[in-house]
Amino acid sequence: MSNPSKPLTLAEKLWASHLVAEGKDGAPDLLYIDLHLVHEVTSPQAFDGLRMAGRKVRRPDLTIATEDHNTPTIDIDKPIADTTSRTQIEALRKNAAEFGIRIHSLGDKNQGIVHVVGPQLGLTMPGITVVCGDSHTSTHGAFGALAMGIGTSEVEHVLATQTLPLKPFKTMAINVEGTLRPGVTAKDIILAVIAKISTGGGQGYALEYRGSAIRSLSMEGRMTICNMSIEAGARAGMVAPDEITYAYLKGRPHAPEGADWDKALEYWKTLPTDEGAVFDAEVFIDANTLDPFVTWGTNPGQGVSLMDSVPNPADIEDPNERAAAERALEYMDLKAGTPMKEIAVNTVFLGSCTNSRIEDLRAAAAIVKGQKKADGVRMMVVPGSQKVRLQAEEEGIDKIFKDFGAEWRFAGCSMCLGMNPDQLAPGERAASTSNRNFEGRQGKGARTHLVSPLVAAATAIRGTLSAPSDLESVN
Amino acid sequence: MEKIEKFSGVAVPLKRSNVDTDQIIPAVYLKRITKTGFEDALFASWKAEPDFVLNQPVFANGEVLIAGPDFGTGSSREHAVWALRDWGFKAVFSAKFADIFRGNSGKQGFITGVITEDETKALWDLIDAQPGIEATVDLPNQTLSLGEMKISFEIDPYTKWRLMEGLDDIGLTLRDEPAITSFESNRESWRPQTLPAKGI
Repeated sequence: MSNPSKPLTLAEKLWASHLVAEGKDGAPDLLYIDLHLVHEVTSPQAFDGLRMAGRKVRRPDLTIATEDHNTPTIDIDKPIADTTSRTQIEALRKNAAEFGIRIHSLGDKNQGIVHVVGPQLGLTMPGITVVCGDSHTSTHGAFGALAMGIGTSEVEHVLATQTLPLKPFKTMAINVEGTLRPGVTAKDIILAVIAKISTGGGQGYALEYRGSAIRSLSMEGRMTICNMSIEAGARAGMVAPDEITYAYLKGRPHAPEGADWDKALEYWKTLPTDEGAVFDAEVFIDANTLDPFVTWGTNPGQGVSLMDSVPNPADIEDPNERAAAERALEYMDLKAGTPMKEIAVNTVFLGSCTNSRIEDLRAAAAIVKGQKKADGVRMMVVPGSQKVRLQAEEEGIDKIFKDFGAEWRFAGCSMCLGMNPDQLAPGERAASTSNRNFEGRQGKGARTHLVSPLVAAATAIRGTLSAPSDLESVN
Repeated sequence: MEKIEKFSGVAVPLKRSNVDTDQIIPAVYLKRITKTGFEDALFASWKAEPDFVLNQPVFANGEVLIAGPDFGTGSSREHAVWALRDWGFKAVFSAKFADIFRGNSGKQGFITGVITEDETKALWDLIDAQPGIEATVDLPNQTLSLGEMKISFEIDPYTKWRLMEGLDDIGLTLRDEPAITSFESNRESWRPQTLPAKGI
């Protein structure tokens, strides 16, 4: 970065513009953090650490808290039944009050999943650094921000200093060119990317999603893609800001206004990767030929086209991958060669920081409207924030889901990780719009297939993993 | 943080790849607000399987974990490191670590040493032949020794230095406090501020 004329990537520009002190003799660089999002699960020990050391929160005005991981999605007006969940949420409220941090609690219209709330308030914007004690913080990279998940010690570090010591990342371009076919969405792109580069392929990298298929995505779609960067092991994922970004942001409560907006916009337009900038690695995905993508295994890289069958571990060359596939099939109770579309599910979960925004709910609602839910299938719809829920209700989307037979819930992380009562029973199988299909993630012994909102909706109608295009044969 | 130099303890083979942090500690155990006492939560689901390695008495007091590649993927939960530490582990060796897990480990004085996949398999074979064998971890020399086998491991030099000195990150950063204040004085007015709250 010493040569000012050297073409730079978006990630390199974000890094350079937040450099407080350059690391010497192998020490990491010190980066300034523009926005710190806090939730109840990864923060209590950080606040305790501050108290023990007699430290304050350096910038409460760059910090915001919301309750999401533990919160119930029914009966939110009643005390939380699970005492440990209640204790953790009370700890967050107490810490927020003591350290002067803004908090959006259960019942508040801005309460919801931390990665839905930041963008919704206009706090997430291009050119900034965002951190949160949650690996899906990569979501915010969709705005052209450097957004990273951190651990609790780092949460304490940012609370105390508003900075983070970091080693520079390598850069990887994920080029997605072409036009998605009907029924194929952002979720399918990212599942295909992870299947291609594997769960460790992004380690040490900041990913930049580029190409015509990315440019034509809405902000919601870009957030879905950046959200799952961590599932490829990446430290961050990002998309350069453009007119779609600015249109989404303008007028939101905390978006810059007046002269500030003009100044910001002028700067944001300098952020996209320069012509001639070199990435450390490049990946190419053809959007034209992508199918809806679903997972068959127990990590997000174990995915295939919905038109394919469960793979045979014997065909996998790498011994570790093969052993993992064998174990995954056993856990998932699947046989190699079974067409994915023949897999029957018990539950459909529409929600999580990956796919719980208004656009996701609209897309699924359009499919289930006037349709009948498959017998014996349970569908749960959990909006990403209270505000998304209210907007959906204004649009009549709640009624479409209720008429279909789905449960319409209050906002939170819910069944994505089952910290609240929203869990699958042992052996239950779900089509889930969330981000992780790990063993036991959605409940002990539960089996998860990651899908897009469109596939979730079609699956709820047919009872087996399905694409919207399969519905025509039903009618 | 305690200074780390050299220690020995029972080596435990974890013959799985892609061990994600949901496996190291399931989400239901994350509701606690303390930073210790997570030993019961370590590999909680796998511990229900009778033949799981930590259920074998010879490995129950293990201190050095030898795991397959892509260890610590997924969730950023630092509780994964706390659970390993509370169980008694002091180090984990693998061919590949997830970035956030490795970062969290460094903050807790927990060693993540990188070895090759071939070395991992050789160590597993050795432990199979001599269950209960002790491993000696020598941080200054970056070596892992089991019996006659001595392997060099990789660790980021800065993390190594911090672990050997027992230094706390916040204290180190606060030496740069003037630089932080100076950076803040030039922060543009368009950048986000959560207070005063808008949109409520």
